[in-house]
Amino acid sequence: MYAYDELDRTLINERVSEFRDQVRRRLSGELSEDEFKMLRLQNGVYLQLHAYMFRVAIPYGTLSSKQLRQLAHVARRYDRGYGHFTTRQNIQFNWIKLTDLPDALADLAEVGIHAMQTSGNNTRNVTSDQWAGVAPGEIEDPRIWSELLRQYTTLHPEFSFLPRKFKFAITASEHDRAAIKVHDIGLRLHKNAQGETGFEVLVGGGLGRTPFIGKTIKPFVAGRDLLSYVEAILRVYNQYGRRDNIYKARIKILVHELGIEKFAKEVEQEWLQIRDGALALDDAVIEEVRSRFTYPVYENLPNLPEELKKAAHDPKFEAWRKNSVFPHKVPGYAIVTLSLKPVGGPPGDATAEQMDAIADLAEKYSFGEIRVGHEQNLALPHVAKRDLPMLWRALDRIGVATPNINLVSDIIACPGLDYCSLANARSIPIAQEITRRFANHETANLIGRLHINISGCINACGHHHVGHIGILGVEKNGEEFYQITIGGRADEHAVVGTLIGPAVRYGEVADVIEDIVEAYLALRANPDELFIDTVKRLGVEPFRERVYATR
Amino acid sequence: MPLVKNGQISDDPFVHVADGAELPADGAILIPAARFLEDPETLLRRAGKTGVVWPNNRDIDDLVPYLDRLAAVALVFPSFRDGRAYSQARLLRERHRYRGELRATGQVLRDQFVFMLRAGFDTFEVKKESDAEAFAATAKRYSVFYQPTGDGRITALNRRMQLRHSESAGQ
Repeated sequence: MYAYDELDRTLINERVSEFRDQVRRRLSGELSEDEFKMLRLQNGVYLQLHAYMFRVAIPYGTLSSKQLRQLAHVARRYDRGYGHFTTRQNIQFNWIKLTDLPDALADLAEVGIHAMQTSGNNTRNVTSDQWAGVAPGEIEDPRIWSELLRQYTTLHPEFSFLPRKFKFAITASEHDRAAIKVHDIGLRLHKNAQGETGFEVLVGGGLGRTPFIGKTIKPFVAGRDLLSYVEAILRVYNQYGRRDNIYKARIKILVHELGIEKFAKEVEQEWLQIRDGALALDDAVIEEVRSRFTYPVYENLPNLPEELKKAAHDPKFEAWRKNSVFPHKVPGYAIVTLSLKPVGGPPGDATAEQMDAIADLAEKYSFGEIRVGHEQNLALPHVAKRDLPMLWRALDRIGVATPNINLVSDIIACPGLDYCSLANARSIPIAQEITRRFANHETANLIGRLHINISGCINACGHHHVGHIGILGVEKNGEEFYQITIGGRADEHAVVGTLIGPAVRYGEVADVIEDIVEAYLALRANPDELFIDTVKRLGVEPFRERVYATR
Repeated sequence: MPLVKNGQISDDPFVHVADGAELPADGAILIPAARFLEDPETLLRRAGKTGVVWPNNRDIDDLVPYLDRLAAVALVFPSFRDGRAYSQARLLRERHRYRGELRATGQVLRDQFVFMLRAGFDTFEVKKESDAEAFAATAKRYSVFYQPTGDGRITALNRRMQLRHSESAGQ
């Protein structure tokens, strides 16, 4: 965990007081709605269909038990008793009152949580691998750099009014769990031929109506140069990114229009002028930030404790363990993913009671630490394997032990037309219906890894382009229709999915998904060939035939 | 529109001269960039002070040759959502060492003051009277800054390093 110091605390308190003043001026009429809109967005406040929505940052997906309890408190005190975890390591509250917002922010500030730049045309919450610091084989903990970037991007005096939103993601593992290739800037920690650690920098990835996979702008940037290199990219973008058309304003369009070589050249020119300036990070500064991350003192524990052997006789426990428990870098410990995707439930939602209970369990079993992943699930990052059976029973009691991690019912979905004023179609009920169709765990297990992502409009908050199966809601003559893509993925092999055919009606979506899955089961070369690999091998045609033959 | 200079509401010695309008023989003027660039040498020899209003979509490199003879540069915020002039301001101050008046014009609201001060602006054509009056208080709103800019405010990272050094010196 990163421990805020007095300076961090002072800054977020100053931000709360500024926002309180902005709300006061709006309520007194001193600020027009147009002026206030940008100011509230800078602080994560959207106006949705029914009420204000409040988006709170969980930088690089790390939470303490105390912080999670405070999120539960905000859900209970100012909202309707639940929160929604998003694909960018944020949590959203859907029913908050404008007049309550400054107090909610002040409550969150007490535990070092803020909502700065969770929306608006600025640098957004810096996201990272939810297994950072505990994943086996990681180069180093990417959260040190995430935190340096969090500080660097917070209230940046030059880049708070960019052409459009701007998102960073960082990974330090070979397997990319942070979806860095679909971010404006993606950073991959790796070692170069000389054995030095640095970053491969990708730029111009993003989803929305024009999806692009990020391109490598520089294969190796040393840690010392990270901030100056980022500043060079942002400066070029701030000056030359399009501002005439909101749909062409993301950096991906600038990179696409200029071409990556020309864009890289512009950035290089700018960077050479600033690389030895005040942004250069010397080792002492990096160590200072590193020193404020604390790590658990792990015990020397057996990798296969008696408790685990005994519990293996319980098939329900085994199903969960095989599905939701992942290897930890320390023997005797495990990473446990908590499914926020119960059968028939809205993906990513957690009630205040669940949050409180998870905070308690984290204290008991995970050194008081919780992680939030972009798949809209939570994780306990440091669980002793001997505690797994006890933990499982407790998680099961509060409904977050559905053994469906990475399976067909582990669906990513945006709030859709149930909440969002931008949406064209509903997302949540589609997800709920699909989870009911695939509620049988044996069937889901037989199907294997399969990511379904659902967005209720072209803005792609549900990352439909990079779902193994992507579902996009559109509106045709006042009716909800859904376009289906297959073959997308968001990991180190990121690619945008391919449309299989004409859009289908709301009532047909779950049937179509069943057809696609059945086609896959019939077509796969062997039971180990994942859905995504079958699509890669055969293309979309056999799936298209299966879906549209009878429609 | 009130002008804030050196932290206080002040009279504006400069007159904005529009394209096509007659140039006053003396007195301080602010003229559009295109008109200035048509004949910069003559303009810079005028009896009064000359400043330029520089649009946010024009490369400031074109202005650099004249910087040491200009009395003021005004950078434009056509809307407070459009942040290009922040980059121009930092480049003028930090890269080109411009020391004259750096003015923010256009939609300038209280909520941008801190960002603008940090980017190097020292003079503000403020849209609303109430915002101009709130300048001093608003400018003091923040005491912690994460980014180094040319304004000299110490960053949080550097303050921490200083604290570390003083702690270890005291041991």
